[in-house]
Amino acid sequence: MRQLPWIPIALISAMVIMAVFAPLLTSHSPIEQSLATRLVPPAWDERGSAEHLLGTDHFGRDVFARLVYGARISLIVVVLSLLAGGGVGLLLGIVSGYVGGRLDSFLMRLVDAAFTFPAILFALLLAVTMGQGLNTLIIAISLLLWANFARVIRGEVLALKQRDFIALAKVHGCSPARIMAIHVLPNVMNTFMVLVTLNIGVVIVAEASLSFLGAGVPPPTPTWGLMVAEGRGRITSAWWLTLIPGIAITLVVLAFNLFGDWLRDRLDPKLRQL
Amino acid sequence: MDQAASPNAPITHDAVLEVRDLHTHFFLHRGVVKAVDGVSFTLRRGEVLGLVGESGCGKSLTALSLMRLLPKESARIVHGQVLLEGQDLVTKSTREMRLVRGHRIAMILQDPQTSLNPVFSIGNQLREVLTARREGNGASTTQQAVEALRRVKLAAPEERLRQYPHQLSGGMKQRVVGAIAISRAPLVLIADEPTTALDVTIQLQYLNLLKELQRSSDMAMLFITHDFGVVARMCDRVAVMYAGRIVETGPVREVFDNPVHPYTQALIASVPKLNQSVERMYTIEGEPPILHDLPEGCRFAARCPHADERCRAHYPDVVAVGPAHTASCWKAGRV
Amino acid sequence: MGRFVFQRLIQSIIMVVLVATFVFFLGRLTGNPVDLILPEDSTPEDRVEMIKTLGLDRPIHEQFLIFAANALRGDLGTSIRFHEPAVELFFSRLPNTLYLSVPAMLVAVLMAVPLGVISALRRGGLIDKLSGTIAVLGIATPNFWLGILLIFVFSVQLGWLPSGRMGGLANYVLPSITLGTFLVAGFMRLIRSSMLEILDSEFVKLARIKGLSETTVIWKHCLRNALIPVLTLWGVFMAGLVTGAIVTETVFAWPGIGRLTYEAVIYRDFPLLQAVIIMAAVMIVFINLIVDILYAYVDPRIRFD
Repeated sequence: MRQLPWIPIALISAMVIMAVFAPLLTSHSPIEQSLATRLVPPAWDERGSAEHLLGTDHFGRDVFARLVYGARISLIVVVLSLLAGGGVGLLLGIVSGYVGGRLDSFLMRLVDAAFTFPAILFALLLAVTMGQGLNTLIIAISLLLWANFARVIRGEVLALKQRDFIALAKVHGCSPARIMAIHVLPNVMNTFMVLVTLNIGVVIVAEASLSFLGAGVPPPTPTWGLMVAEGRGRITSAWWLTLIPGIAITLVVLAFNLFGDWLRDRLDPKLRQL
Repeated sequence: MDQAASPNAPITHDAVLEVRDLHTHFFLHRGVVKAVDGVSFTLRRGEVLGLVGESGCGKSLTALSLMRLLPKESARIVHGQVLLEGQDLVTKSTREMRLVRGHRIAMILQDPQTSLNPVFSIGNQLREVLTARREGNGASTTQQAVEALRRVKLAAPEERLRQYPHQLSGGMKQRVVGAIAISRAPLVLIADEPTTALDVTIQLQYLNLLKELQRSSDMAMLFITHDFGVVARMCDRVAVMYAGRIVETGPVREVFDNPVHPYTQALIASVPKLNQSVERMYTIEGEPPILHDLPEGCRFAARCPHADERCRAHYPDVVAVGPAHTASCWKAGRV
Repeated sequence: MGRFVFQRLIQSIIMVVLVATFVFFLGRLTGNPVDLILPEDSTPEDRVEMIKTLGLDRPIHEQFLIFAANALRGDLGTSIRFHEPAVELFFSRLPNTLYLSVPAMLVAVLMAVPLGVISALRRGGLIDKLSGTIAVLGIATPNFWLGILLIFVFSVQLGWLPSGRMGGLANYVLPSITLGTFLVAGFMRLIRSSMLEILDSEFVKLARIKGLSETTVIWKHCLRNALIPVLTLWGVFMAGLVTGAIVTETVFAWPGIGRLTYEAVIYRDFPLLQAVIIMAAVMIVFINLIVDILYAYVDPRIRFD
C-alpha cells in the first residue's frame, strides 16, 4: 500500500469529486452573468472577497464554479472519447492482429499515416464543417486516440496468437470471431486499461487545446481550455482568469500521467517505451 | 603446478599470462556475489588452455576481469593479480589498459549476430582497430584489413570491407570478429564460447581455423566453453571451473583419461560419444549453488554422489593427482 | 535504394490524395457546402454562380473531378475572410513559420542529444534527474498554457521580453521555448532510453575489447544507433511540431501558417482551412520522405532490403 502514488491519486480524486459533486460544491452558476461583480480578484487578494473564492471573470461569472463545472465537461469528454477512440482502436487492433494478412498490412499502413499526420487539423476541420459541439469534439479526439490503441493492442494480440490456448480453441472448432471475443479480448484488457490511463492526459490536453483554439464545446459552457482562452486578453489586469484553469490542467494531466506510469509498471512493464 | 602463488613470487617460466588468486565480486542489492572466488591459472606461449564449466560458473566473468571490462557500478576485482608478461593488469590505469586491449590481449565473443555494429561497414570496424595506434609496417590500414580477412579465410576480402554485417552469414561474421582479434598479433586470445551460436556444420570449420591461427602465430589462447568435446579438440590443457573456483587442472589427455573431481567426471560423461549408443543422455542432477549464498565446504557436495560430512564442512585442499594435474577434492584418487 | 525511394514516393502521393479526398468529402457532405464556401454577405446570384463553378448541383464524383482538376492547377479555393486565393495566403505565411520552427527544432536537437546521452551515461545522476523532471513537466503542460505562463512571467511581470508578434531577436525567445520544450522533452527521453539499451549491447562490449577510447565508443558506436529511433519516430514528432506551431503561433500572434489556421477556424473560413490542411499534408509528407531517406543512409539494413 505504501507504494501507491498518493499525490496523483489525491489530485485525481479531487478532480473527480469536483466533477461529480459540482452543484454541492458551489452555489454559484457557471454561466449566469452578473455585471455588478465583474473581474473580482481571488479571495486572497486584498480586493477579493470570500464570496468568490477564485474571483470572477469579465461577465461576472464565478471562476471556482466554472472550474468545477468545467471538470465535469472534461471528465465527460475523457470518458466518451476513450470509449469511442479507445474502443475502435481496441477492436481494430484485435482484428488486425488476429486476422493478419492483407487486412493487417492495410490497417497498419493506416495507423502509420495517422501517426504522422497532425490529428488536430482534422479536429479543426470537423469543428468548422460539422459545427462546434460535444459530438464533434468527441469524434475529433477519438481520431487522435485510435491509432495508438490499435497499434499497441495489435502487438499484444500477435504475441497472444502464439499461445497454446488459442491453438486449443481452434482445434475445438471455435470460429475466429468467437476466439477473438472470448479468448483474445480478456487477455488484452490489462494493456487496454494501462493505455486508457496513459491517454487520459492526452485527452485533457487535446480538449483544452481545441477549446483554446475555438474548436471545442462552444461557450458559454465552461471548459478549462476555453477559460484560458477567454482570460488571455486580460492577463495583465486579471491574471487569475488564465492562470488558475491553466494550473488546474497541468496538475491534473501530471497526476494522470504519473498514475498511468505507475499502473503500467505494475500491470505491463513491457509498454515502457510508450 | 597451478597453485595460488604469493604476489611476489617470480613469474613462471615461459608464462605469457599468469592469473594469481583472482577474486571478482558483484555488489548487488541481495548481497555480495563472489562470482570469481580465487581463480589461478597459467597460460604459456603457444598453449591453448580450456576453461570449462556450466553457465553461471564464472568463466566469462573471469575473462572480463582479465580485460578489466567489468560493469563499473556493480563489479570489482577485489583481490589478485593478472600478470601479462610480468606486468600486473589489475593495477594499470584505465588509459594503460586501453593500450593493452585489442593489442596485446584480444577477445572473441559468443554471438556473431550482435558482436558487430550494424550501422558501420566491415571495413570501418576493422580499420578502426588498426588506426587506434600509429604502427604498421607501411601497409595502409586497408591493406592490413584485407590481410586480416585473408588470414581468417574469408573469400573476396576487398568486397567484404564494403559490406555491412547484416549481409554476412553468422559464420562469416564470426570470422570477421576473429580477424579483428588477430589483426594486431596479440599475445593472448580469449575465445568466449566462439562456436556456441554457430550452426553445427560451421562449428568444426571455425574451430579448425582458430587452431590454425593459434599455431601459426604462436599465440596463447584461453578457450572458454561448456563443452568438453570442444576442449578435447582444441586445448592442450584444461581448467574446470565450478561456482567461481577452479576444481581441477591438467593436460587435456591426462584429465580425460583420468578425471579426478566428480564434477569433471560428470562433465566428461555428458559428452555423447559417437561410437556408443546410450539409452539416456547423462545429466548432472541438481543445480549450481546460488553465488551469494555459498556453502562452507565443497560447493559441489550437494550434487556429488560421493560427498560426506568432511566434504560439506571443509573446502577441499588442492592435491596433486598426476603429472601437472591437480584437483580440489577430498576423495581424490579414491573414486 | 532507388526502389526504396520510389516506394516511399508513391506512398507519399497516396497520402496526400487521401487527405485531400477526406477534406473534400467532409466539405461536401456535411451541412450546406455553399454556405461553407461563401461569405455571409453573398447575394443569391453569387450562390448560383458558385454552385455552377464548383458543380455543386452535379453528382458527387463529378464534383470531385472538378475539385481535383482545380487542385492540380494550384487552385484550392478563395479565402472568405481575406478574399485571396488560399494557396497564395499559405505560401505568404509559410516563411514566418519556418523562421520560428526550424531554429526551435535545431536548438531542441542540439540540447536533447547531449542531455539524453549524459542522462544515460550517468544514470540517476543530477543531470538525469533534472532533465527527467523537466521532461515530465514538459509533456504534461499543454503548449498553449506554457506560452501564456511564459508571457505572464517574462513579459507582464518582468517586462523582459515582448509578448508576441514577429520582430527582433527578442521576439523569438518565448515562442521558441514554448515550441521547443515538448520537442526537447520527447527527443531527450528517447535518446536516453535507446542509449541505455545500446550501452548494454554486445557490439559496444566488443568496441571496448578492441581497445577503442571511451569517446569513440560512445560518440561513434552508440550514438549512431541511438539516433535511429529518433529518425523512425520523426513523423510523430513532426505531427507534434505542427500541432505545437498552430498553438504557439496563436498564443504569440506570430504571423505564420499556424496562426492562419487559427484564423480560419475562428472565422469559419472553410476554403482557407481546406487549403491549409492539404498544403500542410504535402509539406509534411515531403519532409517525412526526406527523413526516411536520411534514415536509410544512417541504417544500412534498410538500404539493402
